[in-house]
This record gives sequence, structure tokens and C-alpha cells, in this order.
Amino acid sequence: MENRAHIRVEGLNVHFGSEHVLKDISLSIPDRKITAIIGPSGCGKTTLLRSFNRLIDSSEGVRVSGRVMVDDENILDARAEVTHIRRKMGLLLQRPYPLPMSIYDNVAYGPRIHGIRDRRRLDEIVERFLSKASLWDEVRQRLSQPASVLSLGQQQRLCLARGLAVEPEIILGDEPTSALDPQSSQRIEQTFTELKSDYTIVIVTHILRQARRLADHVIFLYLGELIEQGPAWDFFNNPKQPMTREYIKGLIS
Amino acid sequence: MDRRKVEEGIFRVLMVLATGLILSSLVMILLTVLVKGLPYLSLEMVTQTPRGGYYLGKGGGILNAIIGSLYLAGGATLLAILFSLPVALYLNVYSRPDARFVSVCRLAFDVLNGVPSIVFGAFGFTLMIYFGLRASLLGGIIAIALLILPMLIRAMDEVIRLVPRELMDASYALGATRWETALRVVTRQALPGILTAVLIAFGRGIGDAAAVIFTAGFTDAVPTSLLRPAATLPLAIFFQLGVPVPEVQGRAYASALILTLLILIISVAARRLSRRLTRHVVK
Amino acid sequence: MKRLKLFPISRRAKDLLAGKLMLLLTILAALLVLLMVAGLYLKSRPVLASQPLAELLFSTKWRPFRGQFGFFPFIMGTLWVTGVAVLIAVPLCLLTAIYLSEYAPARVREWVKPLIDILAGIPSVVFGVWGMLVVVPFIKDSVAPFFKVFSTGYSILAGGIVLAIMIFPVIIHVALEVFRAVPQEVREASLAVGATRWQTVKHVVLRKALPGVAAAIVLGIARAFGETMAVLMVVGNVAKVPGNVLDPAYPLPALIANNYGEMLSIPLYDSALMLAALILLLVILLFNLLSRAVLARVERSIR
Ligand SMILES: Nc1ncnc2c1ncn2[C@@H]1O[C@H](COP(=O)(O)OP(=O)(O)O)[C@@H](O)[C@H]1O
Ligand SMILES: [Mg+2]
Repeated sequence: MENRAHIRVEGLNVHFGSEHVLKDISLSIPDRKITAIIGPSGCGKTTLLRSFNRLIDSSEGVRVSGRVMVDDENILDARAEVTHIRRKMGLLLQRPYPLPMSIYDNVAYGPRIHGIRDRRRLDEIVERFLSKASLWDEVRQRLSQPASVLSLGQQQRLCLARGLAVEPEIILGDEPTSALDPQSSQRIEQTFTELKSDYTIVIVTHILRQARRLADHVIFLYLGELIEQGPAWDFFNNPKQPMTREYIKGLIS
Repeated sequence: MDRRKVEEGIFRVLMVLATGLILSSLVMILLTVLVKGLPYLSLEMVTQTPRGGYYLGKGGGILNAIIGSLYLAGGATLLAILFSLPVALYLNVYSRPDARFVSVCRLAFDVLNGVPSIVFGAFGFTLMIYFGLRASLLGGIIAIALLILPMLIRAMDEVIRLVPRELMDASYALGATRWETALRVVTRQALPGILTAVLIAFGRGIGDAAAVIFTAGFTDAVPTSLLRPAATLPLAIFFQLGVPVPEVQGRAYASALILTLLILIISVAARRLSRRLTRHVVK
Repeated sequence: MKRLKLFPISRRAKDLLAGKLMLLLTILAALLVLLMVAGLYLKSRPVLASQPLAELLFSTKWRPFRGQFGFFPFIMGTLWVTGVAVLIAVPLCLLTAIYLSEYAPARVREWVKPLIDILAGIPSVVFGVWGMLVVVPFIKDSVAPFFKVFSTGYSILAGGIVLAIMIFPVIIHVALEVFRAVPQEVREASLAVGATRWQTVKHVVLRKALPGVAAAIVLGIARAFGETMAVLMVVGNVAKVPGNVLDPAYPLPALIANNYGEMLSIPLYDSALMLAALILLLVILLFNLLSRAVLARVERSIR
């Protein structure tokens, strides 16, 4: 079980109009580990992440080819059912985007969509996942207030709880701490480490130190190409590619 | 060097004058209606229907027209929402933003928005003849609904377009379909803007005369059925003005004052309401 | 997992069905313009068949009882009233729009814009009432005597003044959008070489915004063309080709609105009125298409 790949990407190419944004990417993301996708901004990290749950479909003028295997199902297959794929993956964006409803309804939104109506079960779900995202104690008294009253850091944890509530197996985070203050970032990071025994976590980050702190596995992209991937310890202490060495050094100094 | 300064100064003065003139035309219109209408305004005007000889100066009021206008504009607005909200949602949620279809549709709605109300009236009239309908509340509702449809679509389209893409993505990421996202997230986020658009359309429906002149008819009774004619405020003003009896003309001014107040209240409410409903909206 | 997969299928069906329905509504709504053209054309075919189009458009004989429908006086009436309104409105609106976009402090702008919205919301009939109470007597008692002519006051000038005020909001609104589309850097580049504000406006902003400003004016014209009630109330409604701005006129929309009562009792009359509506619609469609095409290009240039 140790090294089972949860997501396997094979020959993925993404074009936006005439721009070739991801070039023949092949990689695998291990199960129940934290994987960090790193690289300078504009290199295609977000694009890669969004192709995992096919949110990329909604971009303008996009063309995608290759295979993305999740649990041995090619999700890029035209016949694949997107809502079912997306449900398997929670998503955290750079900035928290709470839905325009109450704190409670934000967490209950997903379960309700997927058919849970029973109030008591919903109550239980809301409490469980708010706790998992370590937000419960802060909001238990004001569940019916609009989500927009929370601080940014709280909102991001709410978005995490909202994603967890549809019981995904994978959590995708696109620089999930970049809009937050250091303290809130730390809480999110801490929550990730707690969650990794149950979930496969993939985060995009351009903060090298964050990748060092969190990641078990690292993927390094540069200008749309995959430069290097591997276990975090090897990646940081014994990089194989000269480019990786440069990048690590460059950001450290 | 000096000439440049003089020219700058002259145009600056002209610009301020032009702006002042335009604003004072608004003030003048409102003041005229107020001054002329106020002396004739009475409780009777707004609580009674015309009695026998009303148009010769005898007693009564224009309750028939007030109620008629409210029914008509209300019905038309509801009808137009049923069409415009799905269209605006389709353009922004279901379609790709870069689709040619979307820009063609937007152009079509812009152009439709420029069609004058008299043409909507004439077209509504041909529709009514086609369906064997007489001038009635229903006929007026259809004509006014057609009239406000394009402005509602464009206004809703504008506000729904401002809903952040990421918000929709957040919903999709939970496995929601486009329909669920449109209904529960997009509409909710855009609700204040949608309501403002609806109220403004309602106001426009109340104020319009040319589209109902063929289609709604006129009657002194409060309408009791969709298939009966209905009076409207603008036409009540128009008809009273046509009577060369000072008392009746005065009541026409009072009716104009009532109509103006109604429109002003609606437009202020539109601003207020939209501010109050921002509770859940995510910034 | 398998059990869960069944659920999404019915949700997906709902999603697809809703999409199809909404697409249908969208297409229907977008085709409404064509539907209106077709409907009015069908209705006006009888009168089009009764006499040549050139005669309908250029004959001055309007005798419904004898089946003669010469639209020329009405077309001229529309053109005169619209022309006067545009002449009054364009300079005032451009000056105001330039002031609001280039000179006015934000606070003033925030005050003025809602007021212009209010002006846009005032019903046509109320403009008409104001025109009858203020503009008509003013022309009768002051303007006409000044030129040593007699006028009842119900005239093209009265219609033009009222109409001008009604199209202020249209032109100002679109012009402001157009000015906003001119990039700030362009202004700064001009100011940086020592141009005054007004020079910058004249040589740079207006030059860049010219197509859009033209579009704004054309939209104003289109709006003026079709405006009915307010004009009808002050313009006199005499079916003669007018000779000057103090003459009364009878624009096309007023013709339609005034005669809806009789039109079913005289043969071809209803068809003639629907032709009038069709002419209005076609001209307005043309103007709108032209200006929207220009504005779409303006909008694309800022993105
Ligand atoms: N929706 C889009 N349309 C066009 N180009 C895009 C779009 N999204 C991203 N790109 C382009 O793809 C490249 C990679 O972007 P992204 O994946 O967001 O990079 P990163 O997240 O690493 O900063 C960039 O050059 C960007 O301009
Ligand atoms: Mg990114």
C-alpha cells in the first residue's frame, strides 16, 4: 500500500489558444501523502491542479489531451461524469470563496446537493467537518450568520470544511495560504498534517519553505515542463536536475 | 500660452453650465408637476374610482388606474422574470464566456432594448388579433412584458456576469451541476442586483403608455379579470388632459404627481432594498 | 460507490434538461426582433400591395377614407422633431459627459449620476404634461412673438425640447462608458508633454472616443425616433409637411398612437398603421445595429 499512486498523469498537454501551457506532463501522486507542486508563477501549477478535477473545462479556448487516471479511471475521458469526479476532490483556492449563504449552509451545501435532507444528519455532518477543519469552536455559536462575516483565515478553513463534507479522498489546494496572515497559514498547515492520514493532499505553492515543512513528495514545474519529481527529502537534499538545484538555491538566498 | 488658458476656462464654464442645465430640467419637471398637481391631490383621488360625470368635473378618483397599473406592471414583471432569469443564467453559467452565440445574443437583446414602446404596442396588438384576444389586462401584460424583457435580460446579464468565476468553481468542485450552481449560488450572489433590475423594470412598466394604448384598453372599473380591460395611470392622465374642463385637467396634474411619486418611490426602494439584501453576498 | 453513482444520473438529467429549456428560451428571446419584423410585415402587406412603396413613402396625400396613405408628412414630422432634439441634446450631453468624466470630482459624479438615472425613469406622459404646461406656453407667448409669427405653441420646437430632455440620459450614459474606455495612460501621456486638460480632451480623449461618441448620438437619435406620448402631447399633430420649427407636425409614433381607435373601421387603415410601425422598427433596428457594432469594438479595445 505504501506507494500506491492515487493520481497518475500520462502525457498531459494543455493549450490555451496558441499558448502551450502544459507540455507532455507525466507524473504520479502518492496516496495519503502531502504532495507539493512548486515552481515560479506562470509555470502552469494552477492549470495542472485544475485539470485534476476538470475545472479547466470552463476556461476560455482550452484544449486538453493526455490521460489523468484517478483510481484507475481516466477522468479526461469524454464519457467521464464530472460531478462524480469533482466530488472525490476537495478544492481550496488562493483566496477563500465562501458561498453566498450562512456558515451552516456552506458546509451543508455539498451534502444537500448529493441528496442528504435529514436535518439531524446535516447537523452532525456540519459539526464533524467544522471540527476537522478546526473551526467548530470559533463558529458554533453563530452558524446562521453569513459566511462573509468570518475572517479570511476562518473563511479558508470554512472552505476546507465545506470541501471535506462531501467526503472526498483527495484535497487540492491552490496556494491556499497565500492570502492569509502567518498565523492563519500555520493553522491551515497544521490541519493539513492532521488530515493526511485520511486524505491524499496536493498543494500548489511557490513558497519553498512551506513545501519543505509540509511535503512528502514534490513536483517541480518550470515553463510548463515537468523538471523533477520525487520524495521530498531526496528532492531538497539531493536534487538530480541542475535546474532544480538552481531553483532551490535561488529562493533560499 | 494665454489663449490656451482662456479656451480651457471657457469650456470649463460651458461644461458646468450644460450639466447645470440638464439637472435643472429634472428639477423643473419635478417642481412643475408638484406645484400644479398638489392643489388637486386629495384622498378621494387615490381611494375612489371615477363616479358618473367624473370627466365633466364631478366626484371620484383614479383608483381604477392606480390598481390597473399595479396589476399590469406586476403581472408583466413576473412574466418577464420567468423568461429573463433563465436567459441570463444560460448566457453566464451554461455557455462558455467566449462563445460566439453569447455575443450574438447580447447584441440581439441590446437591439431589442432599443425598440420603442409604440412598436411593442403595435406588435402586441397583432399578436392579440392573432389569438383572438380583445384589449384586456392580459393583452397589456403581454405587451409590457415584451417591452421590459430586453432591459431585464441585459440588466440581469450584467449583474450575473460580475459573479466571480471562482465562486462557481467552488460549487462545481463540490460536485454540483451547472443547474444547481446557477440556482443556489449564482442567483443568490446576484440577488441584490437582480432585484434592483426587477424594480426598475416594474417602474418602467407602470410608466409606459404607448405599449398599452392598443392592448389594455381603458375602463372606470377596477379590473376583476385578466380578460377585462384595465385602466392605467399614464392613460388616465392623457385622457383627463384631453378634457377642456379645468377641474378635470387639474386632476390630470394630480394624477401625474401620483405617477411621478410612485416611480420615485420605486427607484429609491430599488437602491435601498438592494443594499439591505447584501447580507449573504460574498465580496 | 456504485450506489452513489446512480444518484448523479438523475441530477445530470435535470441539469441537461434545464440547459435545453434555457437554451430554447434564449433563442426565442433573441429571435423576438425578427418575429416582430415578420409580424408587422405580414400585417402591412395589404397596404403595400395597394400602392407602390415610393408613393407610400413620398406622397403627401393622407386620405384613409379613399385608401390613400402617403406617409411623407409623418416621416418629415419625425425627422424634424428628431433633428431639433438632437441639435439641442448633443452639445449639452457631450459637455456634461466630458465634465463628469474628465473634470468633476468623484463626489459630484456620485451625486449627478443617480439624478440622471431618475431623469431616465420619469414616464413619458409626465414629460408631456410638463411640455404642455411650460414649453408650449413659452413658445406661444415668448418665442413666436419674438420672431413676429403666430404659433399655438404646439410645435416642432416644443416636441424637440421635450424630446431632447428625454434623450439626455441615453446619450450621457453611453458617452460616459465610452470615455471610461479611454485608457488613463493616454491622458497622462498628453498631460506629461505639457498639454492642458482641455487640450488633452480635445486632441486625445475625444479623438480616441470619437466612434463611440458617434454611436452614443445614434442611439439617442434612435430613441428620439420612437418616442411617442410626450411628443404627441406637444407637437400639434397636423398632417402637413412642416416648413419651420414653429409649425406643428405629426410624427409617425403619434400617428400610430392617435388612431388606434378608428383603425379597424376603415379598410387598409390598420395595415397602414402597422406599416408605420414597421418603418419605425426597421430604421431603429438599423441605427441600433450600427451603433452597437461600434460600441462592441470599443469595448473589445479595452479588454
Ligand atoms: N484561462 C486562461 N486563459 C488563457 N491563458 C491562461 C488561462 N489560465 C492560465 N493561462 C496561462 O497559462 C499559463 C500558466 O498559468 P497558471 O497555471 O495559472 O500558472 P501558475 O499557477 O503556475 O502561476 C500562464 O502563462 C497563463 O497566462
Ligand atoms: Mg496559480
